[in-house]
Amino acid sequence: MAWKIGKGGRCRGRRNKHLPPREKAIQLALAAATWTSVIALAAVIGELIMGALPAFSSIDIIAFFTGTVWNPAHPLYPLYGVLPLFVGTMMVSFGAALIAIPIGLGCSIWLAEVASPRVKAIFKPAIEVLAGIPSVIFGFFALVVLSEWIAGVFDPVTKLNALNGAIMLAVMMVPIMVTLAEDAMNAVPLSLREASLALGATRWETVRHVVVPASLSGVVAAIVLAFGRAVGETMTVLMATGNATLLHFDFLRSVQTMTAAIAIDFGEVEFGSEHYHVLFLVGLVLFTITFAINLLADWVTRRFKEDY
Amino acid sequence: MLGRKAKEAVAFTLFRGCALLVVLALAVILGYILTGGLERMSVEFLTGMPRRANTQGGILPAIVGTFYLMLIVLAISVPIGVMAAIYLVEYEQSSWMGRVFRLAVYNLAGVPSIVYGLLGLGIFVAYLGFGFSLLSAGLTLSIMTLPLMISSAREAIAAVPGAVREASYALGATKWQTIRHHVLPYALPGIFTGIILSVSRAAGETAPLMLTGVAMSLQRLPDNLFDSFMALPYHVFYMATQSSDLQATRPIQYATALVLLLLVLGMNLFAIVLRKRYRDKYRW
Amino acid sequence: MTIAIHTDDLHVYFDRNHALKGVGMDIEMNQVTAIIGPSGCGKSTFLRCINRMNDLIPGCVVKGRVMVNGQDVNADEVDVVDVRRRIGMVFQKPNPFPKSIYENVAYGPRLHGVLEGANGKMRRRKHAKAELDAIVERSLRRAALWDEVKDRLDKSGTSLSGGQQQRLCIARTLAVDPEIILFDEPCSALDPIATAKIEDLLVDLKEDYTVVIVTHNMQQAARISDRTAFFYLGELIEMGETKQIFERPQKELTEQYITGRMG
Repeated sequence: MAWKIGKGGRCRGRRNKHLPPREKAIQLALAAATWTSVIALAAVIGELIMGALPAFSSIDIIAFFTGTVWNPAHPLYPLYGVLPLFVGTMMVSFGAALIAIPIGLGCSIWLAEVASPRVKAIFKPAIEVLAGIPSVIFGFFALVVLSEWIAGVFDPVTKLNALNGAIMLAVMMVPIMVTLAEDAMNAVPLSLREASLALGATRWETVRHVVVPASLSGVVAAIVLAFGRAVGETMTVLMATGNATLLHFDFLRSVQTMTAAIAIDFGEVEFGSEHYHVLFLVGLVLFTITFAINLLADWVTRRFKEDY
Repeated sequence: MLGRKAKEAVAFTLFRGCALLVVLALAVILGYILTGGLERMSVEFLTGMPRRANTQGGILPAIVGTFYLMLIVLAISVPIGVMAAIYLVEYEQSSWMGRVFRLAVYNLAGVPSIVYGLLGLGIFVAYLGFGFSLLSAGLTLSIMTLPLMISSAREAIAAVPGAVREASYALGATKWQTIRHHVLPYALPGIFTGIILSVSRAAGETAPLMLTGVAMSLQRLPDNLFDSFMALPYHVFYMATQSSDLQATRPIQYATALVLLLLVLGMNLFAIVLRKRYRDKYRW
Repeated sequence: MTIAIHTDDLHVYFDRNHALKGVGMDIEMNQVTAIIGPSGCGKSTFLRCINRMNDLIPGCVVKGRVMVNGQDVNADEVDVVDVRRRIGMVFQKPNPFPKSIYENVAYGPRLHGVLEGANGKMRRRKHAKAELDAIVERSLRRAALWDEVKDRLDKSGTSLSGGQQQRLCIARTLAVDPEIILFDEPCSALDPIATAKIEDLLVDLKEDYTVVIVTHNMQQAARISDRTAFFYLGELIEMGETKQIFERPQKELTEQYITGRMG
């Protein structure tokens, strides 16, 4: 049997030009499925822009980005300043990060370097369980239980405040951080740890001076990604923070995040009204922020990847 | 020398403390939901319709609604996700197109759930005219679940060692034959785990539902895709924040939360156990 | 002729696997001692007993005595961290830290500080920058690497060639001023030219240190070692002067391995 003759030339990897029609069809089908992801992303961006576009012409955009009052439901003088929502989002997210980062890092180091395999086998599923709890349950817990505890300790003006949201968000952030950071630390080869120990270093010194620096890009990416998730979280903050839209920086007072504003207002808004389009604009701003955070995490991972 | 050893002891104790804190938080939250919800749990609660504006009766429509949503997600995002994962691992590895796809999936995964809600509202409810219905919500959830589905299926497929593929090609098999007979069978348990985790994530989502038409109270079950529907996560939210008598319905709120928790956790634990058995079975 | 390392009825178990069976041997100070034998015979396991690196492997049990300079390294009151400072180890695959060349060598001294004092009152203090610079230069010179890297001490250790990386690892070990240096097949991942350089270095090092090298390359053992020990399936079969082992082996197994009929 003669070999199939084809065009000669340079070896170009796995491109086989002689695909039988069935193979070609399958490849096309699979490619089409993959294209849906790109189309979906384009749809998200496109939909946000289309929905927000009318707002650009009907409201004062400068006032939107700099206004300190968010009161779109006012019958006569609706005000669309996004700053209170932005500050609300940042307050709960940064507050959550402040709590979650040290605890998450501590857990990751413990998991990757200290814990025995037996204990790990219990703890890792526990983290996964925590990560799998729906956000509405966290929100419910914050609403009904956590707020009471905070009220007992701090005696705030309102039970539902930024601190409530920040603490609950921190609990949600930790599993994400731990999973990613632990992966990064585990990727550091054993031989580096052995080299350090063979020089007479303690385990803690090895972690501090060899493992963490060698996995830094992954750990930083974990932190950034967890923060991004906190910014995009809706149900927890919706139920925990009270949803008052005044601009302030007091953790013991109620705030509303951008996500919550969109979710709540949509119950009352009219299709195609100005408020409707402004909500899309808020969504666009939110998307841009989380998109930027994701890009940052990706950049950190690639730019600072250590080689070993 | 004592200083160095002591420093290590302090540091490691602190870290152990962090881990304990996390476990404690988990235990507390689960404990409260469990104890608060048991009071109202009963067969009638799970199978009955809501009565008196949700202050009595059961939550069957919410349970059924969630199940229908999971079915839609299963039907749409699983085939597309697995096919895309196969394509990404087997066909498109390092060219620039592959990078574009990977970037798209990565960014889709980071989109906040409420933004998916806006997508669903604008495209499925309004533009395509599906209105506030199971279909709109289901489609929205499917798109939301797609990145997770693709990622976990990709991991499972990429975990099959190259040696297996090479052996197959060396015998003259085509690409698809190799995938179908040598790659997929070994990747299937991992893919299955990914499916369970993705669907359970979809079951717990609330925000996209709020923008695509979830109902607060229905007296009947949805009977077609364009019908309105209730859902467990939204029911928890609604009852806890807007029901007519917050104090009196507290047990119902807890019980609904418990049902949702058991559903999602049950699926997650099943997936974890499955993955462990699969890992023990296939040690390359 | 002082004994630097003495082992007595040393047994090592990895879970059910009996990896080392009753090994008793003496290693002399300021000499190069080679350990040879076929794969899986326990050479590396034995080496790792000396600086207690086997402690890191879960399920490993060590029985018997390992005496270094008269002290039992496995005794309860012994600080394993100190053991590892005084007994250095160079591994099979070069493993420089992903840090600069300078930082690689300075890592050990930075951790341990300098011991000073008089009349029995010793305390440790941190090195001054000038002291660290001196230690780094001295170690790199001793490892025959200084001339090649003196202008790029801040470059990453992983940017060096394989042979240079291994010499960096040796310099790193020298910087903590050990008494004994253990080499676990240090040249198996290197090309012949790099191997030759390291072999010369090993012979040079024995002036100031006790060198123990595990190698699967018999010719290497014959070239550079003073004494050789032959292991087979976890047991020490024969040990003696290198010349004698290779020319007139006493045990039949040794002869079979040397002449290539086995292993």
